[in-house]
Amino acid sequence: MNNTDIVRQSLKKRYLKEQIFKFMGMFSIATAILFLLILLVDITTKAMPAFSQTKIALPINLDAEKLGLDANSSTESMMNADFRLVIRAALLEQFPEVTKRKAKRELYSLTSMGAEFQLRDMVIEDPSLIGQTKTIEFMADDDVDAVIKGSIDRTLPESDRRVKDQKLSWIESLEKSGQISTGFNWNFFSNGDSREPEMAGIKGAVLGSLFTLLVTLALSFPVAVAAAIYLEEFAPKNRFIDFIEININNLAAVPSIVFGLLGLAVFINFFSMPRSAPLVGGIVLSLMTLPTIIIASRSAIKAVPPSLREAALGLGASKMQSVFHHVLPAALPGILTGTIIGMAQALGETAPLLMIGMVAFIVDIPQSAVDPSTVLPIQVYLWADSPERGFLAKTSAAILVLLFFLVAMNAIAIYLRKKFEKKW
Amino acid sequence: MKISALIFLLLVFAAFSYFMARQKITTAYRQHKQKTKILTLPKYFGYVAALCSLLPALIVLFFLEAVEEPYITSEISTYITANEINASEDLDLYLNDIKGADTPEKIAALSDEKQVVYQRYHEIETVANRTITAIVLSISILLVIWGLRKINTDTPARKVFEKIIEGILLLAASIAIMTTVGIVFSVLFESTRFFGEVPIMSFMFGTEWSPQTAIRADQVGSSAAFGAVPLFVGTMLISFIALLVSVPFGLMSAIYLSEYASSTVRSVTKPILEILAGIPTVVYGFFAALTVAPFIRELGESMGMSVASESALAAGLVMGIMIIPFVSSLSDDVLSAVPQSLREGSLGLGATRSETIVKVLIPAALPGIVGGVLLAASRAIGETMIVVMAAGLAANLTVNPLEAVTTVTVQIVTLLTGDQEFDSAKTLAAFALGLMLFVTTLILNVIALHVVRKYREQYE
Repeated sequence: MNNTDIVRQSLKKRYLKEQIFKFMGMFSIATAILFLLILLVDITTKAMPAFSQTKIALPINLDAEKLGLDANSSTESMMNADFRLVIRAALLEQFPEVTKRKAKRELYSLTSMGAEFQLRDMVIEDPSLIGQTKTIEFMADDDVDAVIKGSIDRTLPESDRRVKDQKLSWIESLEKSGQISTGFNWNFFSNGDSREPEMAGIKGAVLGSLFTLLVTLALSFPVAVAAAIYLEEFAPKNRFIDFIEININNLAAVPSIVFGLLGLAVFINFFSMPRSAPLVGGIVLSLMTLPTIIIASRSAIKAVPPSLREAALGLGASKMQSVFHHVLPAALPGILTGTIIGMAQALGETAPLLMIGMVAFIVDIPQSAVDPSTVLPIQVYLWADSPERGFLAKTSAAILVLLFFLVAMNAIAIYLRKKFEKKW
Repeated sequence: MKISALIFLLLVFAAFSYFMARQKITTAYRQHKQKTKILTLPKYFGYVAALCSLLPALIVLFFLEAVEEPYITSEISTYITANEINASEDLDLYLNDIKGADTPEKIAALSDEKQVVYQRYHEIETVANRTITAIVLSISILLVIWGLRKINTDTPARKVFEKIIEGILLLAASIAIMTTVGIVFSVLFESTRFFGEVPIMSFMFGTEWSPQTAIRADQVGSSAAFGAVPLFVGTMLISFIALLVSVPFGLMSAIYLSEYASSTVRSVTKPILEILAGIPTVVYGFFAALTVAPFIRELGESMGMSVASESALAAGLVMGIMIIPFVSSLSDDVLSAVPQSLREGSLGLGATRSETIVKVLIPAALPGIVGGVLLAASRAIGETMIVVMAAGLAANLTVNPLEAVTTVTVQIVTLLTGDQEFDSAKTLAAFALGLMLFVTTLILNVIALHVVRKYREQYE
């Protein structure tokens, strides 16, 4: 048997191996993509209930006597009036058969804790409502919401069900009389955080993220561009510059939580800056994103052809003028792309912000970069930890909002790259 | 004066200086006899005059602002001790009450004794504030006058200006060093305080971790134990699972993408992998904790195994998936750096593609791939949110992936979130763990970057 025969005989086996190898490669990629799909579908389906909100319409008699108010009452006395009374009265009127204390308490929990504030704000807006009877739609409690959306199964035996038979019968009777409706949940986008799932919204977190990102951008963009220009155009070859470069490359791979420790020890404890403020969060994140933007800016500057620099120098421009008038504008699209990617990274970052106290439960919507606030990823983290089942949907919905912002930022980056990409 | 108003005033002075200097030079140029000798634009003289008044004043301002707070605190504490005011509670808290009173209502709400201290505080603060304003403004005005008198057509204005700008650029580049120094010092400083309370040996080699100190001495766990071995083992276990997933999958995807896939497949697949890399870790954490972990537990129970609901396996698997794009893009770079001639030589000798890859490309690219794996390991060790949400809190010393373990990063987060004193051994322990984390990842990164760089040079 000569060599050719040996090769021929082994060919079949070798080709099979080739096929298997190729299949393994495809399988790896398919697994990664499949995982991504499962993740997105899972989160989207979980998020859907959060975008609608169940409401209960109740005829409310805004009895002036019960509230102790009249049309001329001051705003302050309206703020202090107990609007719960009239809502409870309306609920009792609906279900006059309820008399026991315990049952009454159950009955009152049909509407959200926020219903009284909703009513209060309406009355403050229009004091002439006092004394009138009007049908008003109130937010339903998260348990009622869950029943209506089907996430609590009505067919389960009572002992396994969170909502008991009595409450279920009330809900069903309200449903029959057409008093229950569902609508788009605007509150989710206009409210701050809350302990009650049906009242919790992401506006505070979105604004907190916005302030944090603005601080990050304002600090990291100029510094990173300046550093990149220096390292690419001016830096002499010496040990100090080598040291800077090693530092930048290392910082890019330091775990983000370590930056949080830095922020806690230096900015909060040493410089006594305010805790939980977007200002400190922004500083920490800008230190973290600096290496990313510097590395991207350097490659953008490096890609500008030397002929451009030489032409400028040849016409009598100084080194500084050639860089700022010609190289920098040509490299700007690349630098901006890198900056947006760095900002997207900062937007999704959680761990360092946990360290500097942005995990506090904050109801108020932040007005400036020094107000205590939280950011979107931390809102996700906080809600994911909450035991109420209503928060599961809220968490997923907040994730969707976060992903939406990230996709938008990356799309802008890709668009910029495509639009201004130059082949020199 | 408020610091923002002060800075605004300094900017106004600088602008004034700029226009005056430019005007002066323009006039001088008009009277110049040999116009051909004029080499510098008037605006550069303006820039130099403006920067010369602005920069020193700003530096002095920031320095004074930095020492103002400690100065006020020390003055007020001397006052408190001198007048024997009873500030038996924590002095910092006491002072915070006083400093926090910035509205008339809050001032009225202070106790009578604090009112007195507040008055004194207010006096000191006003004096300090006025002194700062006076010093900074006088420096700025003097420099404006001096600069405007000194500047003339012989000043090498452009060169001076460009030197200043270059200095600013260098300063920006050095921030990376300052950050590293900041990290090292902050972590090291708190860690040495921790090791003053807990011996370093019992921290490094102790096997019991229970940082919670009970309030009463007779309760269980009245003394805290800081043996970090369970955390190290837990971290390594989860990272190992993550690498077990990400290295083969990442490497195979990179091989497929760079060696087999058509350009259309590549142009679709690469962005998808980038999306996978761009998803925030908190999202992976949520997914691991609420979808993957229950799934694995049910799967295990259906096979008759008991699986913890916060098993290391769930966190490790999801973390592995998260690192796939990272490994894949690093290996992709490394593989495409292997010279084409090696590929062609192997194919020309009759090897199949897979044989070329396994026997030629991978050995040639091995240093680069090892570097990539080391970087991935450092990523996995430092990853926080996935483990915070999906791994356990209790420190179990086990290597069973179905049990709950805790990691270094989880403990840092649990020790430092929530209100507590900064000086307790508990919070300091977090910094000691941070030091361990920083040193480990630093060593891994340095080795990895070195290996990758050496490998690149080999083929350049």
